[in-house]
Amino acid sequence: MKKVTITINGESHTQEVEPRLLLVHFIRENLELTGTHIGCDTSHCGACTILLNDKSIKSCTMFAVQADGAEITTIEGLVTNGNLHPLQEGFKEEHGLQCGFCTPGMIMRSIDLLNHHPNPSEEEIRWGISSNLCRCTGYNNIVKAIQYAAKKMKEETTVEAAAN
Amino acid sequence: MIPASFDYHCPSTLQEAFALAQEYGENAKYLSGGHSLIPMMKLRLASPEHIIDIGRIDGLSYIKEEDGLLKIGALTTEADLEFSPLLQEKYPIITDAVKLIGDPSVRNKATLGGNLAHGDAANDHPAVMLALRAKIIAQGPNGSRSIDIDEFFQGFYTTELTQEEILTEIQIPAAGSGSGSAYHKIERKVGDYAASGVAVNISLANGVCQEIGIGLTNVNPQPLRASRSEDALRGKEVTDELIQEAAKMAGEDCKPTADLRGSVDYKRSITKELTKRMLNLAIERAKA
Repeated sequence: MKKVTITINGESHTQEVEPRLLLVHFIRENLELTGTHIGCDTSHCGACTILLNDKSIKSCTMFAVQADGAEITTIEGLVTNGNLHPLQEGFKEEHGLQCGFCTPGMIMRSIDLLNHHPNPSEEEIRWGISSNLCRCTGYNNIVKAIQYAAKKMKEETTVEAAAN
Repeated sequence: MIPASFDYHCPSTLQEAFALAQEYGENAKYLSGGHSLIPMMKLRLASPEHIIDIGRIDGLSYIKEEDGLLKIGALTTEADLEFSPLLQEKYPIITDAVKLIGDPSVRNKATLGGNLAHGDAANDHPAVMLALRAKIIAQGPNGSRSIDIDEFFQGFYTTELTQEEILTEIQIPAAGSGSGSAYHKIERKVGDYAASGVAVNISLANGVCQEIGIGLTNVNPQPLRASRSEDALRGKEVTDELIQEAAKMAGEDCKPTADLRGSVDYKRSITKELTKRMLNLAIERAKA
C-alpha cells in the first residue's frame, strides 16, 4: 500500500491505496465522486476525462499513485456559488446531451480546449473533442454547446476587465 | 480492467532509478506517460512486479536548439511538442506527426521518450526520427551513450536500450536553410494506428537534393528507412519523375501485413502515394 495525498475540487484527500488502483476507481469508489464515468476502460472514449493540474487526461489510464500531490478537478467541482459553469450551461441550453453518459468527460475536455483556444473555430472544436466519443452521436449540439460557452466566457472576461 | 499487483517506486533522480532497476532486474519496468505500458498491464499483456515511475525526475522535459542540434528531453509530452512555436516553425514534421498521435487528452500525458522506447513500429515518432536522422541519448549506471537511430530499433517491441538504461534525450541535426519536412499517416479514426505513415526530411540547394531521410510507419515488423528511395534522390535534381520513382520504391520495399486496416496491396499503394505527397510537401516547405 502507498499513501497518497490528492486535492480534488479544492479538497485534500489522504488515503492508503494499492499501487494498481486506477485513478478513475480512486475517484469513483474511494471518494464516491461518480460524475466521472467509465466507458471503454481502454483510453479511447474519454468518459473518464478529468483535469489533472489543469490538463485533460483519461483517468482510466493512470494509477492513483501517479497523481500523488496533484490537483484534480472533476465535473462535481465546476459549480461556483450555485452557478453552472458556462460549459454546463451551454450543454443545457443547446441540448448538448442526449443520454448524458459522455457529458462529464466532454465538459472536462472542453475546459482544456477553451484554455488553448478561447475563440475556437468549428474545426478546432471538432479536433479538440476528438478524444471523446458520444454514442448518441449528438456531436452537432455538443459543438454548439462549446460555442455557446466560448461566447459566454469571453463576455464574462470582458465584463471583468471593464469592472477592473 | 485491473492490472496485476505490483510494487510502485518513484525515484527523484536518474541514479535512484538505475539502482532500483539493477535491484529488480527483469521484474521491473520503467513508467513514464504510461499510455503504452498501462493499457498493456490492464490487458495483462505485461505484468511487471515492480514499476519504476520516472515521471517525477526533474530536468527531462525541454525543447531547445543548442550546439547545432535540436534537443528534446524524453519526458516532454506530445502536447508540449504540439504547442511548441519552435517546432511549428522549423520542424513541421514533428508537429504534423504529433497532431495525429492518440488524441488531445492522451497527448497531455504521453511522452516522446516513451513513444520511442516502446519500440513499436506502429508508433509515429520512430519514422519521424529516422527521417530526421536523430540520435538517442541513453543513460545508465555506467554513464551516457549516444545511439544512432538506425541502430536503435532492433525488432518487434525491441530496442537497443538495456534493462537499466533510460532514454533521456533525443538529438536532431538543426534544420538549416533549404530544408523542409513533412509527415502524414492514413488512420481509420482518431487514435488508431496508421494503415501506413510516411515521414520525409529533405534539404535542397538549387533544386538538387543534398540530403534526404524517409521513414515509414507500421508497414514493416520494425520502423523502416526507405533506403533505396533515399539513394535514388540524394545528389540528384528533384523532378516529378524522380519523385514518382522514389515513391514507387518505398511501396515496393515495405513489408506490411494484412489486417483490419487493409490488404498488403492497399498498404503498399498508400505508402507509395503518401511518399509522393510528403516529398512534394517537404520540398514545398524547403522552398518557402
